[in-house]
Amino acid sequence: MSRIQNAVIESVKTVLGWVPAQWLPGGTPDPLIERRAAIGRQASRQDGPAKVRGEARFAAEVAMDRLTYASLVHGTVTRGRITRLETAAAEAAPGVILVLTHRNMPRLAPLALISFTDLSAVGNSSLPILQDPVVRYNGQVVALVVAETQEQADHAAQLIEIDYAADAARTRFEGAKDDARTPASILIEKNHVSVGDAERELERAPHRVDNVYRTPGHNHNALELHAVTVAWQGGSLVVHDATQMIAPSANVLARLFGLKKEQVRVLSPFVGGGFGGKGLWDHQIVAIAAARLVDRPVRLVLSRDSVYRIIGGRTPTEQRVAIGADTEGRFTALVHTGYSIMPTYGACPEQYTLGTRALYRARSFEIVQRHLDLDIVPNTFMRAPGEAIGTFAVECAVDELAHAMSVDPIELRRRNEPDRHPISGTAFSQRALMQAYADGAGRFGWERRLAQPGARRDGEWLLGMGCASGSFPYVRMPGANVRITLRRTGEATLSCSAQDMGMGTATVQIQHAADRLGLPVEAITFEMGDSSLPAGPLAGGSAQTVSIAGAIMAAADKLTAELLRLAGNASPVAGLRAGEVRLVDGGITSIANPSQRESYQSILTRAARNEVTVSAAGSPPLEMLKFAMHSSSAIFCALRVSQVTGEIRVDRLLGSFDCGTILNPKTAASQFRGGMIMGLGLALTEETLFDERSGRIMNATLADYHIPSHLDVPEIDVMWTGIPDPRSPLGARGIGEIGITGVAAAVANAVFNATGKRIRDLPITLDKVL
Amino acid sequence: MAIRINGTEVAAPDDVRVSLLDLLRERLHLTGTKVGCNQGACGACTVLVDGERVLSCLTLAVQAEGRSVTTIEGLGSADSPHPLQLAFIEHDGFQCGYCTPGQVCAAAAMLREIEAGVPSYVTADLTAPVLVTREEVRERMSGNLCRCGAHNGIVDAILEVAAGRAA
Amino acid sequence: MMPFTYSRAASIDQAIEMAAGGRSHLLGGGTNLVDLMRKGVERPSGLVDVTALPGTIEETGGGGLRIGAAARNSAVAAHPLVRARYPMLARAILAGASAQIRNMATVGGNLMQRTRCVYFQDVAGARCNKRAPGSGCDAAGGFNRYHAIIGASPQCIATHPSDMCVALAALDARIHVAGAGGARTIPMVDFHRLPGERPDLETLLEPGEMIVAVEIDASPFARSTYRKVRDRASYAFALVSVAAGLTMRAGRIEKIGIALGGIAAKPWRALRAEAALRGGPATAQAFEAALAVELADAAPLPGNAFKVGLAQRTLGAVCIELSGSDR
Repeated sequence: MSRIQNAVIESVKTVLGWVPAQWLPGGTPDPLIERRAAIGRQASRQDGPAKVRGEARFAAEVAMDRLTYASLVHGTVTRGRITRLETAAAEAAPGVILVLTHRNMPRLAPLALISFTDLSAVGNSSLPILQDPVVRYNGQVVALVVAETQEQADHAAQLIEIDYAADAARTRFEGAKDDARTPASILIEKNHVSVGDAERELERAPHRVDNVYRTPGHNHNALELHAVTVAWQGGSLVVHDATQMIAPSANVLARLFGLKKEQVRVLSPFVGGGFGGKGLWDHQIVAIAAARLVDRPVRLVLSRDSVYRIIGGRTPTEQRVAIGADTEGRFTALVHTGYSIMPTYGACPEQYTLGTRALYRARSFEIVQRHLDLDIVPNTFMRAPGEAIGTFAVECAVDELAHAMSVDPIELRRRNEPDRHPISGTAFSQRALMQAYADGAGRFGWERRLAQPGARRDGEWLLGMGCASGSFPYVRMPGANVRITLRRTGEATLSCSAQDMGMGTATVQIQHAADRLGLPVEAITFEMGDSSLPAGPLAGGSAQTVSIAGAIMAAADKLTAELLRLAGNASPVAGLRAGEVRLVDGGITSIANPSQRESYQSILTRAARNEVTVSAAGSPPLEMLKFAMHSSSAIFCALRVSQVTGEIRVDRLLGSFDCGTILNPKTAASQFRGGMIMGLGLALTEETLFDERSGRIMNATLADYHIPSHLDVPEIDVMWTGIPDPRSPLGARGIGEIGITGVAAAVANAVFNATGKRIRDLPITLDKVL
Repeated sequence: MAIRINGTEVAAPDDVRVSLLDLLRERLHLTGTKVGCNQGACGACTVLVDGERVLSCLTLAVQAEGRSVTTIEGLGSADSPHPLQLAFIEHDGFQCGYCTPGQVCAAAAMLREIEAGVPSYVTADLTAPVLVTREEVRERMSGNLCRCGAHNGIVDAILEVAAGRAA
Repeated sequence: MMPFTYSRAASIDQAIEMAAGGRSHLLGGGTNLVDLMRKGVERPSGLVDVTALPGTIEETGGGGLRIGAAARNSAVAAHPLVRARYPMLARAILAGASAQIRNMATVGGNLMQRTRCVYFQDVAGARCNKRAPGSGCDAAGGFNRYHAIIGASPQCIATHPSDMCVALAALDARIHVAGAGGARTIPMVDFHRLPGERPDLETLLEPGEMIVAVEIDASPFARSTYRKVRDRASYAFALVSVAAGLTMRAGRIEKIGIALGGIAAKPWRALRAEAALRGGPATAQAFEAALAVELADAAPLPGNAFKVGLAQRTLGAVCIELSGSDR
C-alpha cells in the first residue's frame, strides 16, 4: 500500500464529506429496518439436517471416476537451494503416476497478492510456486506425488531424497527490528497517525501507564483440512475447493492457467471452518498443474502438518501501549506502536492499531506499525486480524490505568467515550458501547467485583473478574452480485457465488429475501457456493452478509421496476413508480394506498411469463468512507486461578454487543460465542511454536497446539443492543469477528483481579501466573 | 473376516496401511466421518466399533475385521433421525458442521457410558452412580474439538437428550 | 507409511514367534504407534496385532489385581475393583487422552508409549538422539516446557507421557513379560530407563520380549488420588502430575507412595521423599520439603524451571487432600 493510495482515499473521503448523506448508499435508512418479519427470528440452519447426518459434501468428499491422490513434500531448510533431488525411487514406487518438482512444473506466474484495490487478486503469497530450486521459507512445497491411492502417494513422498545448500536466513523477531519497515498505509488507512505531541503529553500526565504487550503466532486450525479435488474436463477446469473466496479464486486461476473466465468453475458449497485461512495458497496451484499433467482428477488433502507448513497464520506482535490521563481520568495521550512480521511477499499487515483509532477520545495520539521481514510462510488474515490482539494490548492498558487511579474500569472508559471518530472527526453512524457496558454489567453482576486484587477465594482458587472492550469495523465489499428469479408460483431463487464456513449465509439471506420480496421463507431458495453463479465477494472482514444484502436490495429494486413494467396499464398498480410501492404479501403494493396492489402471480400470468429474472450488483460502499462505522462490545469474564498450580479456569464469560440489527438470534449467538471461544484460546492456550533457530514450526499438530476443549468452555452469555445502523443494509453490521476481540484482555484483567499479577505476554499459561 | 459397516459386510482392503477412516471415506464414500488431523488429536473421525467410540484415523481397517462399525450414516437417517441429530439442529450445536458427525457419534456413545456408570476425571466419587451434569458432559466430550465454538450448543443438545431419556 | 505386513496373534507364544527377529512391532490400540508410523518416526516392517490376547482383569489371591496387557485403558478405569481400591489408577487413566483413545489403547501399549517431544516427532526437520542415535538433540536449546527436570542426559531431555504409568509406579506394580527365553517379572519402577547415553532404549524389555500382564498388590493405601496439571483443562499431556497414596495412623504417616509424571523420562517414583515423610505428620510444608529433597538433583531448563516448585506445591495440595479425615 502506498502513499498514492493514502492520497486517493483521503481525497475520496474529503469529497464524500461534502456530499449530502441522502445521496449515498445508506443515506436513507433501509426501509426493512422498520418492517422486519422473518429477519430477527430464531431460525435453525438451512443446512442443519444435511450436516448432522454427515451428508454435506465438503471439497475432499466429491466422488470422481479415475480419481488420483496427491501428497506434498516440504522443504526443511529456511533459505537455500536444492542441490540434489532424487525422485527415481518415488517414481518407481507402487501406484505412482507423477512426481512433480520444479523440474517439470509448468511455468506459471506468481499470484497477485490480496488487495483492497484489486478485488480479483487473492494470493496470500507472491513467491514462485515450484518454479525453481530455491527454498524461501521452511516448509515450502518442493515436490508433489500423485498416485493411485493416498497410501501410495504418502509413501512415495517419503522416498524423495533432497539435499540443500542452506543460506543464512532471517528468523529472529528481535534481530529483525533494526531493519523494520514503516509502511505508508495499513490496508486502506494511513499507517502513521500523529495528533499533537503524545510523548510530551505522556511525560506531563499526572497518571500514565506505558507497557509492552506480546502476542505469539497463531494458526487458524479450522477442523476441516485444506483440500482440493481438481478435474480438467476438456480445456475447462473444475475445482472443488475448501475456500472462502470462490469467485475471486476462479478469476485468479483463469488468469494463471491462461483460461477464459467461463472455463474455470470453483465449487465450495460447504467449508469446514475458514477464519481467514481458507484462501488461495500453493497447494491448489500444484494440484491443478498435476491434474493437467496426469490427465486425471487429483485430490489433494493437506495433512495437518502441511497446513502449518504452507498456510500462514497470525503474526506474533510486540506492542507498546501508553496512556496518559489527567486527574479526572481523561486521556491526554494514547500511544500504540509496535512490531509484527510481514514479509514483502505476504499480504496481511495485521492491523492491530486500526481499532485503537476509534476506541477512545484523547488529546494526542501517536500510532504506527512497523513490519519485520522474516523468511517465513507468509502470515495472513485470521479472525479479527489486528483487533483480536490489538484490543489485548489497549484494553489491558486501560485496566492498568484504572487500577492505578482507583477508578472502576468501566467508568474510566465512560469518561473517554468519543462522540465522533477521535481522529477523523467523522460522525459515527451508530455507537452505543456504553449501553452495551451497562446492559452487560447488569446481567453479569459486575457490582460484585472487588477492586482489590486477590480479595476473593474459594479454597485454593483465587477468584477474579475482568472486563474489556472489543471492536470491529463495518465493511461492505464492492463487487457483490445477486440474481433473483421470481416465478409465477410465488417462489423465488436467489443466486450468488457466496460461501458458507458456518456463518449461516443461506439461512439469513433467505430470511432477508423473504422480507425484501414479501414472500414466506419457505418460498425462497438460495443458491451459492459455485463460481458459475453471479459473483459474490470473498468471505472476509465480517462483510459477506451486508455485502450480499446490499446486492439483494439492488436486485429487488430492479425486480420492482421490471414487475411494474410487466404489470402494464391494466394493473391495479399501473402508474405507480418504483419508489411508491413495496413488495409485500407476494405482490406489489402502493405505499400510500395499501389496498392498491397486485400479486406476482397475477402480474406474471397476465404478462404470460413463467418467471422474471433480474441481476444486480450492490451499490459502491461509499457509506464506509462517509461515516465512522464500527461495531463494539463489552466482554466480561469471571475465572479462577489455582494458587497451587497456576491453572486458570474460566467460570463465566459474557459478551454484550452493539452490532446493529441482529438478523437471526440463533445463528448470531453462535457466531458471537464462537469468536469468544477463539478468544479464550488466544488468551490462555494458543501459541504457534516457531523455533527461531531453524525457522520451523514445532507444534504442527492439534495435540500440541491447544485450541479450547469442551472442558475449557463455560456457558457463555451473549446479548446485544440490537440498535440498527441507519447507514447499512438492514441496519446490520458484521458479527463474524468481533466476538474474539476484547476477550484476551477481559481474561488478563480478570487474572489480575484474581491474583494481582499482570500478564502482558500471551498466552497466559500457568507458569506465568505462578 | 469382513467388517460390518452400518449393517453391511465389507471386505477389508488389500493394503493394510488403509485406515478405517480412509476405508470409509475414499473407498466406501461414507464421507460423513471426517478427517480433521489424522493424528488422533481432534475426534472428528469418531465412529462406533462394537458400540464403543473410537478414532477411525488411528484404527487400521484390518483391525476392524470381525467387528461392527457404526458411522454417522448408520446412526440415523432422514426418516428416523437420532434424537441427538435433532437436538443439535435445535440448539445450533454446530456452525461449519465439520466436527458435527464426530460430536454426534461421540455423544451417543458417551450417554451409554454414563448409563453404564463409567466415571470420568471430574467424577467426584468413583464408586457412586454417575450423574449427567454439564461438567461431566464437557469433560467426556473434550476429545472432540470444535473450532467454530459451538460447545455450548453441543452440550445443551446432549443434556436435553439425556434428560429425555431419563424421563 | 512404509509398506508393512499385518498379522494377528492368537496366543502369546504365537505373538513372540511372529515378532521374532525383525523389525516387527506389536500393535495394541495403535493410538501412539499408528500416529508415529504416519509421521515416519516408526518404520516397522510388520505389525503383530496382540489385541486378541488376554485382556482380562482379575483379582489375585492376595487381594491384588492382574491386568492382561491387552486390557483397554477404559476397561481398567471402569472396573469396579480398580475404582474402589485403586482410585489413583482409575483417575490417572481417566486423566489421559480422550474417551475414544482410552477405548482403543491397551495397558501394554500405554507402557510402551513414546515421548511427545516435538523434536522427536519431527522427522524431517529436527535432530533427535532418541529417534536417530547420535544425531543430536534440538530440544535442549529449543521448546522444552514439557521436558524433563530430572534424570535427563545431554543426549535426551524427553519425558514419558503416560498418566497410567505414574499411578502404576506409585503402586509398585510388576510387569510380567514373556519372550523366547522365558518369562520374567520387572518391577514397574525399573521398567522404564533414564536416557543416559542411549535414549533410544526406553525400557528393560529385551528384543523379542513382550508385556503379558501388569500385577498390583492389594492397595496399601487408605486413600489415593491422581492430579494432573495442564494448561488446557482436558485432552492435554501433563506438565506435572502426581499420583499419591496415603495411610495415616494416629496422626502420622504410616504408608505412603508418591510418583510424579511430566518431569522425567520415566514415571518418577519419589522414594527419597517417601522415606523422609514416613512416620511424620502430613503437612503441606513436610510434603514440599520432602519433595525438595527428592528433586535436589533436578537440573531444570529455562523453559521448565517452573516445574520444580509446581511439583512441590501440587504434591503438597494432593497430600493435604488425602490426609483429611473426612473419608
